[in-house]
Amino acid sequence: MNDKLPRWVDLALIPLINLILAFLVAGLVVVFIGEDPIQAVRLLLVGSLGSSYGIGFTLYYATTFVFTGLAVAIAFHAGLFNIGGEGQAALGGIGATLVCLAFDWPHWTLALPFAILGACLFGAAWAFIPGYLQAKRGSHIVITTIMFNFIGAALVVYLLVNVLKVPGSMAPETRNFAEGTHLPFMHEILGVFGVAISKTPLNLSAFLALVGAFLTWLLIWRSRLGYEMRALGFSEPAAVYAGIDPVRVTIIAMVLSGAMAGMMALNVVMGFQHRLVLDYVGGAGFVGIAVALMGRNHPVGVVIAAILFGILYQGGAELAFDMPNISREMIVVIQALVILFTGALENLVRFPMERLFVKSGTRTG
Amino acid sequence: MQNQAGRIDSALAIELVGISKSFGPVQANRDIHLPVRRGTIHGIVGENGAGKSTLMSILYGFYQADSGEIRINGQRTEIPDSLAAISAGIGMVHQHFMLVQPFTVLENIILGAEDGPLLRPSLAKARSELERLANEYELRVDPDAVVSELSVGAQQRVEILKALYRECDILILDEPTGVLTPAEADHLFRILEHLKSEGKTIILITHKLREIMAVTDEVSIMRRGEMVKTLVTSETSPSELAELMVGRRVLLRVEKTPAKPGPVALEAKDLTLIDDKGVERLRSVSLNVREGEILGIAGVAGNGQSELLEVLAGIAVANSGTVTFRGQDLDLSKITNANQRRKLGIAHVPEDRHRRGLVMPYQTWENTAFGYHGQPRFEAGYGLMSRGEMRNDAVGKIERFDIRPPDTNLKSANFSGGNQQKIVLAREIESDPDVLLVGQPTRGVDIGAIEFIHQQIVTLRDRGKAIILVSVELDEIQALSDRIIVMFDGRVSGERLSSETDERELGLLMAGIDPEKSEGA
Repeated sequence: MNDKLPRWVDLALIPLINLILAFLVAGLVVVFIGEDPIQAVRLLLVGSLGSSYGIGFTLYYATTFVFTGLAVAIAFHAGLFNIGGEGQAALGGIGATLVCLAFDWPHWTLALPFAILGACLFGAAWAFIPGYLQAKRGSHIVITTIMFNFIGAALVVYLLVNVLKVPGSMAPETRNFAEGTHLPFMHEILGVFGVAISKTPLNLSAFLALVGAFLTWLLIWRSRLGYEMRALGFSEPAAVYAGIDPVRVTIIAMVLSGAMAGMMALNVVMGFQHRLVLDYVGGAGFVGIAVALMGRNHPVGVVIAAILFGILYQGGAELAFDMPNISREMIVVIQALVILFTGALENLVRFPMERLFVKSGTRTG
Repeated sequence: MQNQAGRIDSALAIELVGISKSFGPVQANRDIHLPVRRGTIHGIVGENGAGKSTLMSILYGFYQADSGEIRINGQRTEIPDSLAAISAGIGMVHQHFMLVQPFTVLENIILGAEDGPLLRPSLAKARSELERLANEYELRVDPDAVVSELSVGAQQRVEILKALYRECDILILDEPTGVLTPAEADHLFRILEHLKSEGKTIILITHKLREIMAVTDEVSIMRRGEMVKTLVTSETSPSELAELMVGRRVLLRVEKTPAKPGPVALEAKDLTLIDDKGVERLRSVSLNVREGEILGIAGVAGNGQSELLEVLAGIAVANSGTVTFRGQDLDLSKITNANQRRKLGIAHVPEDRHRRGLVMPYQTWENTAFGYHGQPRFEAGYGLMSRGEMRNDAVGKIERFDIRPPDTNLKSANFSGGNQQKIVLAREIESDPDVLLVGQPTRGVDIGAIEFIHQQIVTLRDRGKAIILVSVELDEIQALSDRIIVMFDGRVSGERLSSETDERELGLLMAGIDPEKSEGA
């Protein structure tokens, strides 16, 4: 994407410096409320990576973010900024839930393919409408996808309260899924091989996320569709010249993006909660935007960035627990700072870096 | 700063002395001298990219000249920004209007010239001033109308009023008639005459020779960043201007034998295209090209050649007319017909390789298959592409077309213009088309590559293929074409055999005048 900088600077150094800056500012905030920032960082890291329990939670969160991050990345390559991951994931949850509730599934291996189909179809359908409106009517994708987040949330509330709720129950959530739909937990999988780890929500979906990352890579850089998507993303007149139908590719890119966002339901709904609860997405769709930005819209980058955000989520929760002065809201501030520095203020570091590296003549090509 | 008291009386409202300006390696203006006499309409003509707009941007303070000086009313004046230009009495009407669409005319006029934080006094003052201007110059616009609801012509009058409200003495108009209907253009010229009679000086930038002949007193011709000549309009002719604009490039000689035209390969009948602003870009254009023949389409840029090429290539929609290829009617109703054309054997080298012909961040091997990426030979199954096959293909093209550096992984943006064009040509010519549509094959290409590119086109013709060549370089058209069609104002203004015509005659046709008084075939 950038010719002026060596690849390692673009892909590794800049995100790292952004991250350090974010932590420095976050550290100032911690100092400001009278806590020791070094101790805070230690707690954050130990809480997220210091035990198999912490790591399990960290990777569980990361799995969710990989799906939503890939969703943003796929659309981005076609020149579309899909910020509707939140709504698409919410609908994906409905899709997966309907599949799980439809039968008394005998075994998860039978339920899984259909649940994937359901989650993808519903997520894709929710992205199809903004994609169609963008391609055919020129309605801006950013506006429509964000509106569809709200419509999607309202739709899910309606369904949970009026259709899917257990009769007589006060809680806006579905009944528990049958045993035969529960994806195996990682501690169960590893237990088979005699490896004992703490019980955490981390489940089979983590592997699905890696498969998703690989498929995304195949799609973007190895497939004809990906070639056409990237051409369209770089220049629409060129795409038209090459016989690529912008309407078709725009819609397909959005559908694939929405399907990927919907996949997160497998991790949370089918893998852990085993029922659909209100607001189960919990902002993961938006975190996906930061993950994709930080991961440079490359599947490998997305996986790494997703793990980082997993650390922030899990470590942050531990930190709030161990340092009473640092409230839950404080953690959100720290997470927001990371998003701010890695996403919004990206050029803050990029421009000085370009000056530094381009002047010193590192470029050879 | 304007010095009212010390104003030196001079016959020249503006004098540019030795202005040079370059952007990186591109010299946009080279040692320009331009005298503009007070109270006259002074035309500046030149092709796109001749440096007209850069020169005017320097005069209006958008750019700083690298060297040279600007004299206004005989006084050396520094113009660091457009505010300085305004206070020196210069007003500018841009090609694309600088109006706030939801504001009223009055609000637009005072914008940036408010007297204080409260708008009411400024608006009241502007209203009475506007009335005076309207009476004085026949510039009638409803001051309370919202700009977005005005016609294009009326919006342009608002732009002129804006300049006059700021008390300009010198008015620059950049391609003012590009967006106007003929009636609106006539109205504009009446206004300009009026302004002139009131002592204003007007600079009119255009590439339409008819307008120059109709309204200007003097005319300066620019070509490739240089000022060629300043002439008195009444002592020149459109054909002389056309010749000066296009110029003759040194020695463009292409080795070629006489054509052996075969049967008609591609035929267009009565093509009409009306763009989304309602302007007729093509007016009943008919032409045909035969196998083993190069048909050149000449004309000053913007007379419909680009649209014609895009309709033939299947990426623009024609409102009416037909295109027949080997007896088969082509679909002209969609912009997504490029694939259909390629499958039939109609290849296209687009005029703009940066916007259309290449995906600039793509590597060579990705661009050498661009548009042909759906071919079975690049398939690896399951919707994947065979990178190995694409790379092999690129290596061959790089070698045969001498693309430098011979690097399949270099991004296209990092090649020179000539080598970028070779990538496009290699791709299109090696697709072995029956018809090749070529737009501006050597624009921005260095001399060495020009010769190579011309040779490739002639070789293709000698293999019995039909070629339609669009170029604004008259000498390129003459050197390559066997038959020449000249376009003017969306119409075919004439058709000649290359061997039986000369620049003079083509120049006249480019200005819309057919010396034989006959419509083109």
